[in-house]
Amino acid sequence: MTQYRVLPGPEHFLPPAAASMGICLPNPGEGHINGVIVPEEKAYEEAARQFLMAKVPTIFPGPLVLWAWNEKAAKKATAIRHLYETIKACVTPQQQAMLIPMPDYRPKYPKINPEVEINPNHPNLTIWHNKIDACMFVGVHCHQANLSLKIIRGGTSCYTIAMCAQAGHEDAMLSFRDATAEKIMRLAEWVKKLKGTVKVSQVTSKGGASN
Amino acid sequence: MADTHSVIGTKNKKGQTYTDTWQLMHEAPRTPSFYTGSEVIKEALRRASCDVMIAYPITPQSEAAALIGELFAEGYIGDYFRGESEFAVMSQCAGAAFGGARVFTTTAGPGTMRAMENFPMWAGARLPIQMIVTCRGINSPLSIQPDTLEIAYLLNTGMLVWHAETAQDFFDWILKGYMVSEEPDVHLPLALCCDGFFVTHTKDVVNLTPADMCLPPYDPYRSPVPCMDMECPPVRMMRDPFVMKSNYISYATHASWQQEVWAAIERSRKHTIKWLNGLIETENVDADVLIVASGTAVSQGREAIRLLEDEGMRVGLVKVKALRPWPGEEIREATKHAKHIFVPEFNVTGWLAKEIKATIPNSDRVHAGPHVCGGMTMPPEIIVQEIKTALGMKAMSLAGRGS
Repeated sequence: MTQYRVLPGPEHFLPPAAASMGICLPNPGEGHINGVIVPEEKAYEEAARQFLMAKVPTIFPGPLVLWAWNEKAAKKATAIRHLYETIKACVTPQQQAMLIPMPDYRPKYPKINPEVEINPNHPNLTIWHNKIDACMFVGVHCHQANLSLKIIRGGTSCYTIAMCAQAGHEDAMLSFRDATAEKIMRLAEWVKKLKGTVKVSQVTSKGGASN
Repeated sequence: MADTHSVIGTKNKKGQTYTDTWQLMHEAPRTPSFYTGSEVIKEALRRASCDVMIAYPITPQSEAAALIGELFAEGYIGDYFRGESEFAVMSQCAGAAFGGARVFTTTAGPGTMRAMENFPMWAGARLPIQMIVTCRGINSPLSIQPDTLEIAYLLNTGMLVWHAETAQDFFDWILKGYMVSEEPDVHLPLALCCDGFFVTHTKDVVNLTPADMCLPPYDPYRSPVPCMDMECPPVRMMRDPFVMKSNYISYATHASWQQEVWAAIERSRKHTIKWLNGLIETENVDADVLIVASGTAVSQGREAIRLLEDEGMRVGLVKVKALRPWPGEEIREATKHAKHIFVPEFNVTGWLAKEIKATIPNSDRVHAGPHVCGGMTMPPEIIVQEIKTALGMKAMSLAGRGS
């Protein structure tokens, strides 16, 4: 049994892949928090708590939900919008909920505009620029999501959540698997349920997203 | 999005029924058939719902590539053609896999080495191509006889690497291999190796699944990277490498990319254990003396164990089935009681012994050998001789046999 835990960074100049440190993905009906397998319901609660605690809770929707390439994607996109609106309605005026897309994976030259997008090759730039201290990836291809999650863990203190449609992500601090529109809506319900019960974190002047 | 489960129970154009793979491999009736290893590869492919097979026939090492051409003529393979060289074949396999096809190919010896540049590219691009490696000698003077040295080169490519002992392993593992390598959290190429000639050219009884049942088709929409998109990595990575930019971010991205490939190998562990019923198989591991081997060296080890049993000596066996993912924990557990560990190999460098030495405590327990190479056979008597000599027992030398 590994002692390694997937925690907010900055972890290392080159942090290891969590899978290589013995962290395993959850089975259906489960999630993981910090690399420890938990019942999915517990993961909803913790994800909602993290959103409500953060100064800049942010959702990063990827290409799989940004384009209406099938009915499921369109349904998920609607659910994500609903989750974002719910977070926005449930946080205090001092908090700033954000929705920043990862529209594609192409490297951006000469430089990315971190105010309007995030890119898997240098996601830390968007985290730093916007002082994001909790984020959720959804609709991002698994390989690209893991690249992003690892780089964010390496260089920032941002809390990462993955809402994955496949097997989940060990490189996130909290991960769901087999994501559907219904699961995203369920997370929004948990945000509503916990509204007012969670204290906003006392973070650094950099909004927790240290370099 | 395609839903694999929705096709279970329906028929393909050849009238084969798409069958749940667990049911196909574990519950469907089996028919004993007397086939060469190459014919077994063909029969596995008949049931694999393979979209594309690209061939550079390495006859006489293996007839499999040519035999699969017959399958194409019969309508069981979506597309089939011959590449200009082994390098071309592996590049074309990448193209087909990028496009969302289930891809199969075969190679051996110098062909594997010639195509080597493609294998880390396949892994980095997360392409679940299956490649049969019917191992043969790789160095000059050339040999078409078995020699497993090429496996050592494959171990660090980022591919999954399995080493089959028998034609039965081969039949089952070709079909199961797709189930592991196509998992979205794995999605890596698989090098399914065997000791060429011994396995490919000899006939054996192999229990085949029904020919009218086949694997569910590959669902490329579960891939962890987008299908062919010239503007996105990994395709763009190859035509316009972002890593060519000299800055920290480019290097860090590439580093993270490499880590992700090896993380995917780690993730394959639970799927491989499920489908292969463990990464290793063991017999009598409470014995003081163990043989740890892969491929046909396992068969020779079994025979050596029988010979030693006839003399009243008890020896255990560890059959290593998967080399990537590497069964480190399993080998540590299986060898914890052993005082002497012998690793017979069909290659000159002893790569398996080195891996085992790097895995277990007190690695001076490992005796790297016996080795044969260049196509030599490994009579079980030389394993017996190696064990007896190391233990200070009197052993008959085989060196002068026949004189």
